[in-house]
Amino acid sequence: MLEHILIGLANGSLFALIALGYTMVYGIVELINFAHGDVFMLGSALALTLVAAMGLENAATMAVGGGLLVLLAAAAAFCAAVNLLLYLVVYRPLRAAPRLAPLVSAIGASFVLMNLGLFWLGPADVSFPDLIPRTSLPGNGAAQFTLKDILVVSIAAPTMLALTALVKWTRFGKAMRATAQDPLAAQLVGIPVERVIAVTFALGGGLAGIASVTYSLYINTISYQMGFQNGLYAFTAAVLGGIGNLSGAMLGGLVIGLVRSLGSAYLGERWTSAAVFAILILVLVFRPQGLLGSRVREKV
Amino acid sequence: MKPFPWSTVAAALAVFVYGWILYRDPAVGSQMTNLFIFAILAIGLNVIVGSAGMFHLGIAALFGIGAYTTGILTVPANPFGCGFWFSLAASTLAATLAGTMIGAPLLRLRGDYFALVTLAFGEVVRFSLRNLEEITGGTRALNPIPPPALPGWLAHALGWIGIGSEFALEYRLFYWLDLGMLLAVAAVVWRIDDSWLGRRWRAVRDDELAAACLGINVARAKLSALALGSGLAGMAGSLYAFKITSTASPDAYDFNRSAIMLCAILVGGLGSVRGAVAGTFLVLGFDNLVAPWLDHYVQSWQLADDSPLLVFSNWRMLIFGALLIALMRFRPRGMLPGR
Repeated sequence: MLEHILIGLANGSLFALIALGYTMVYGIVELINFAHGDVFMLGSALALTLVAAMGLENAATMAVGGGLLVLLAAAAAFCAAVNLLLYLVVYRPLRAAPRLAPLVSAIGASFVLMNLGLFWLGPADVSFPDLIPRTSLPGNGAAQFTLKDILVVSIAAPTMLALTALVKWTRFGKAMRATAQDPLAAQLVGIPVERVIAVTFALGGGLAGIASVTYSLYINTISYQMGFQNGLYAFTAAVLGGIGNLSGAMLGGLVIGLVRSLGSAYLGERWTSAAVFAILILVLVFRPQGLLGSRVREKV
Repeated sequence: MKPFPWSTVAAALAVFVYGWILYRDPAVGSQMTNLFIFAILAIGLNVIVGSAGMFHLGIAALFGIGAYTTGILTVPANPFGCGFWFSLAASTLAATLAGTMIGAPLLRLRGDYFALVTLAFGEVVRFSLRNLEEITGGTRALNPIPPPALPGWLAHALGWIGIGSEFALEYRLFYWLDLGMLLAVAAVVWRIDDSWLGRRWRAVRDDELAAACLGINVARAKLSALALGSGLAGMAGSLYAFKITSTASPDAYDFNRSAIMLCAILVGGLGSVRGAVAGTFLVLGFDNLVAPWLDHYVQSWQLADDSPLLVFSNWRMLIFGALLIALMRFRPRGMLPGR
């Protein structure tokens, strides 16, 4: 039981990282960035290529540590760039269009990125080198806790803390919150709304990049299709917590991780995905504002 | 009431006669038959998305529910042994019920939330089809689905003009059957679109609040569009299962199928029957007929390296994706939009 909870929390912090990208973008432009999961997938593809290029598979422990930092930085920068490019090329021209037009474009963008992933990774599942040893840490024996779980939490937690600090305590964070609340009013008081939106997309992409490296190291199997499923899980997490709400996305991610690990332990592996999507349906139908969100009246 | 669109019907007939020439090649004829079935699916989706303005992302699940209902009712492994027309009606009804039931609680949701719930519904249905192995056969699917039987006088008449009367042996029977179904569905939906019901759908789509103020029951209008669209999707699924004599594996009804159908109606034009049919022929015709042909052609160059970039089918998602993006940017209501 405890073991499943630990696995669930590690998995959940990954979903939370991806969910943050959805929720930030939604909070600021009310767009479901359907291609976000595929940005995450491209980050994994880049990580795989870099691991091969740097020869990390056979490197010494110290070199692996340094290599991981390079991987994280490179994937974050790359995914930030891809997400920013998506915004500039695909979404920005549609800012004035009806709400569904950007959603259709986002589905289109998701297909384009998935196809690029197909060319990059090939049609089959690719195994990602096992850089982190699978050794269990000494414990009381009740719970198997591996170095990988530590790694996931030690990457995800500081990232989320840094993001929270950025949004809460910096000038840029204040501008971001103002833009999310009312773009027009924000513009009137001199906030560079265009730039804030662009940076938000880049930030969301960067989080997806960090999540992609962590995911690849943790799960060790990547494929061009992983973006769709994990993106949907993460989106469910974002909605569950209350979309547009940062702490909601983190909470939602942890809940989804727990549901997945406890579900595969007690319900059967094959039903977990259906269970997660059923949660998405139930939340959207009965509590569309999510667990932590406050009800926003529909503007007529 | 607008005049019956004779010119459109004539153009459609010309295309189908052209198809009849094509279908002397059984493989092409069989693909044309699939296109007729998908055109019915597209017309159904277009009622929901184009006429009533609900952004449905799980139409493939309803298509699958239709196919699996037919499979369950007809395969020899099950004791039901139902005939063609009964299975067709039952599949239509099952998809109507499923589509309306999932739709009913969603009516007050915003457009993008509605889209995501229907997407999640599609995934839940796909996983259920895969996991309920005792009923659906899991990934092995249900087969063989017995072919429909012709009434004696018709079989006799067909034999007289040199067409076989066995659906299993004579692909042309499915061609004419599905073409007939498509024309019937197109005529009926075209008529409904132009009736008081169609006007209500468009009123609700264009401005829900104003429509409600005019005394239109918004929920009922939306539900009726969902019921009709879902039912047509189920009907198409049943025809598809009969045509390929199997329910196909659950992965045939995944999100990609929904997205491609959406692409078809967006290319063809929202809210018009001829747009849905034209879009299906363009997008799925490209996917099912032209792309394999191009693949074959490229292969005949005998290039030494077998890079995946040279297989044309590997580009299809990129092409569809770019198409969706470009459409939204430049022609958000498609080529032949309705009102």
